[in-house]
Amino acid sequence: MMPPLIEDGDTSGAPMNGIPLLRHACHTFLVILAFALSACNRAESSSPFHATELHDPTFGRELRLPDTQGRLRTLDDFRGAVVGVYFGFLQCPDVCPTALSRAVEVKRLLGEEGNRFRIVFITVDPERDTPEVVRAYLAAFDPSFVGLVGNPEEVARTAKEFRVYYRKVPTGSSYTMDHTATTFVYNAHGKLRLAVPHSLSAEDFAADVRRILAE
Amino acid sequence: MLTTKTRRSLGLALMFGAFTLPAWAQTVKVEDPWVQATVAGQKATAAFMKLTADAPVKLTGGKTPVAPVVEIHEMVMEGDVMKMRAIDGGLPLEAGKTVELKPGGYHVMLIDLPKPLKEGEKVPLTLTFTDAEGKTFDVAVEAPVHPLKREHEKGEHGKKAGHEM
Ligand SMILES: [Cu+2]
Repeated sequence: MMPPLIEDGDTSGAPMNGIPLLRHACHTFLVILAFALSACNRAESSSPFHATELHDPTFGRELRLPDTQGRLRTLDDFRGAVVGVYFGFLQCPDVCPTALSRAVEVKRLLGEEGNRFRIVFITVDPERDTPEVVRAYLAAFDPSFVGLVGNPEEVARTAKEFRVYYRKVPTGSSYTMDHTATTFVYNAHGKLRLAVPHSLSAEDFAADVRRILAE
Repeated sequence: MLTTKTRRSLGLALMFGAFTLPAWAQTVKVEDPWVQATVAGQKATAAFMKLTADAPVKLTGGKTPVAPVVEIHEMVMEGDVMKMRAIDGGLPLEAGKTVELKPGGYHVMLIDLPKPLKEGEKVPLTLTFTDAEGKTFDVAVEAPVHPLKREHEKGEHGKKAGHEM
């Protein structure tokens, strides 16, 4: 099983006039609570990361899929950079563009270090997502994003290795894909370090990547 | 929360209603519609907007010349797994309460696009609503196409033009 992922609940688009003070009070309370908890349970809450920190996980150890040019890619190709691996599909009108737009923003927030942050997008819908379309799609976000397009068996094997869930679901005349929306972050030495939940903000994500870059 | 603009248009709507009585027709106000751009070969996208109905109705469908299939969808996160589903029976709207179709929630799904939608294009979209008696009516809008790469938005309301507070 995946470790429980942190939900930070900032996805609401509701106006918040007049709330900052209350929010500040809540924040203070949470800080105190977090401190109290850390005092009694040091080992549990000592992670400096906003995302879920992974300690020598037994998953995500291998990645071996063709990119959109047909070249076989492995994790070794990305040594020296922090890599975020994300599974998605192109007919996803919602969370995939949100996650990829967030990755663009993380890269921007990293400033000069942004070129040491790479995104690898793995399609879970190889039936419809051809290499050409995946390449054009990722280029609309950032030309440095790498798309991996395996055949159905390769995709299934990779998802299993990452403990990523995906499933084809019929909808009206067509079908959609349920899928795990977690971004898996590797450090520059190729070690899987973080599971970043979909709800994490670009700011917190960037702060975590900055810390990972220093490892 | 009503903006000045909204209040004014509601006022106008009420006046207009008074003049046209008794032939009072239900309406739904559609604000800030937009459609997400696609690249060549990408067969589906979504339209987002804000809807305010003047009576309890449901958004039950739509039509557009850019796609043969239009469905009303909901996106939900279960843990960190995303699921997208068609909303059976349509999206209910309460009278006077604005429902925002936005990423992370509801959208109008446009399926089997024959060609890509580019930023700056306008997509004609006719939304179909069903009232409490089962009668349907249409509202037509033009939704501009916004780029795939979204502008950075924080959790707070801070997006898109047209809002005077
Ligand atoms: Cu949808």
